[in-house]
Amino acid sequence: MTAASTGRRRPGYERPPAGVHPPLDYPEYRSTILRAPKQPLLPLPHGPTEVTGPLLGEGRVQPGDADLTTRHAGEPIGERIIVTGRVLDSGGRPVPDTLIEIWQANAAGRYRLDVDSHPAPLDPNFDGAGRCLTDAEGRYRFVTIKPGAYPWGNHHNAWRPSHIHFSVCGRAFAQRLVTAMFFPGDPLFGQDPVFGSVPAAARDRLICRLDLRRTEPDWALGYEWDIVLRGPRATAFEPDEERR
Amino acid sequence: MRLALTPSQTAGPFLAIALPWPDGPYVVPEGTPGAIAIEGTVRDGAGAPVPDALLETWQAAPDGTFPGDPGDPGGPRPSGFRGFGRCLTDAAGQFRVITLRPGVIPGPDGGIQAPHVDVSVFARGLLDRLVTRIYFCDEPAANEADPVLRSIAGPARRATLIAVELEGRPGEFGFDIRLQGERETVFFDV
Repeated sequence: MTAASTGRRRPGYERPPAGVHPPLDYPEYRSTILRAPKQPLLPLPHGPTEVTGPLLGEGRVQPGDADLTTRHAGEPIGERIIVTGRVLDSGGRPVPDTLIEIWQANAAGRYRLDVDSHPAPLDPNFDGAGRCLTDAEGRYRFVTIKPGAYPWGNHHNAWRPSHIHFSVCGRAFAQRLVTAMFFPGDPLFGQDPVFGSVPAAARDRLICRLDLRRTEPDWALGYEWDIVLRGPRATAFEPDEERR
Repeated sequence: MRLALTPSQTAGPFLAIALPWPDGPYVVPEGTPGAIAIEGTVRDGAGAPVPDALLETWQAAPDGTFPGDPGDPGGPRPSGFRGFGRCLTDAAGQFRVITLRPGVIPGPDGGIQAPHVDVSVFARGLLDRLVTRIYFCDEPAANEADPVLRSIAGPARRATLIAVELEGRPGEFGFDIRLQGERETVFFDV
């Protein structure tokens, strides 16, 4: 019944402290109103299913998938940028060989998807999707176009600040994270309820920084953004209930 | 060194640009001996189908092992079993995943956990993923002993986690997800 591999008691993952993730029930972001659960979330102890996770490298990433500017006949319009950083766990350890998938609007603020009705031009040379695997040091690197801001229907005159969506698989089900990266100093932050749903002290963690060391002279500005996933707890025996 | 965690953000309405894979719903290739299907509808608090959600599943193999686990022999499994599934809901809010039945795995304190599939739900309007579990209706004894199911007060709430066998369709299970409201699915803080 019990395979040797899962019979050992392995440590679970640290629980995020308060003040990191946005609340699910956040009516300023109107789409939460009918979608956020009303019942409290129940604690799920970390067993074998939660401390393992898929290894999705093989066959998932093709050469060139991390460069969103070279996948079509011509070059996309917009400000070419490099977005790079490391995926780390909360203990500072790199998370290697993990799949990162990104998606974003084009330079005009338009997504290449039927449901985007914003009357801004599509770019035939830009589809806005990329993927890569982190290296042994947890580093990733994308070349893309700086996404434009765009209007949406959340409230009167609502605009999303420029952002790139990031999906990070991590090494365990418990580490899975979907988030977004924003750009420094965006004047639209203050009126965006999605960015603003994050507790104030943690919002800066979603903002990349311009880094001249990552910039390629005469070619593209470089932005650095590290992603921190929760790490394994120090011991196998710390009861889950301890945090409650 | 302690590093501060990166906050979650919603996957938004445009996740279909990047996240669906052609083989995503196939945890094993279609036609694999012993394969089962799990399908259902995701609904919001008004009962409307959610046509822009992405479900991810993660589970043990029938023998209770996990691909990529430290004790796993590694490499592709003979069955092609990946353990992981990913499915976008369609215009009617429906998803369908082809997989193998998960095995029993160890629970805390020397007990067992009943066969289950962990599920993440991503969508516009979800500022963090929602996590739930699929159990199987034809495992009553194991379900009765399962510590997670036992931790849920009341049979009605527990029932939201139990996939039912679809009538006249052996090997096919139904599992609807209600994000909010009447018969709201149990979601977990993982």
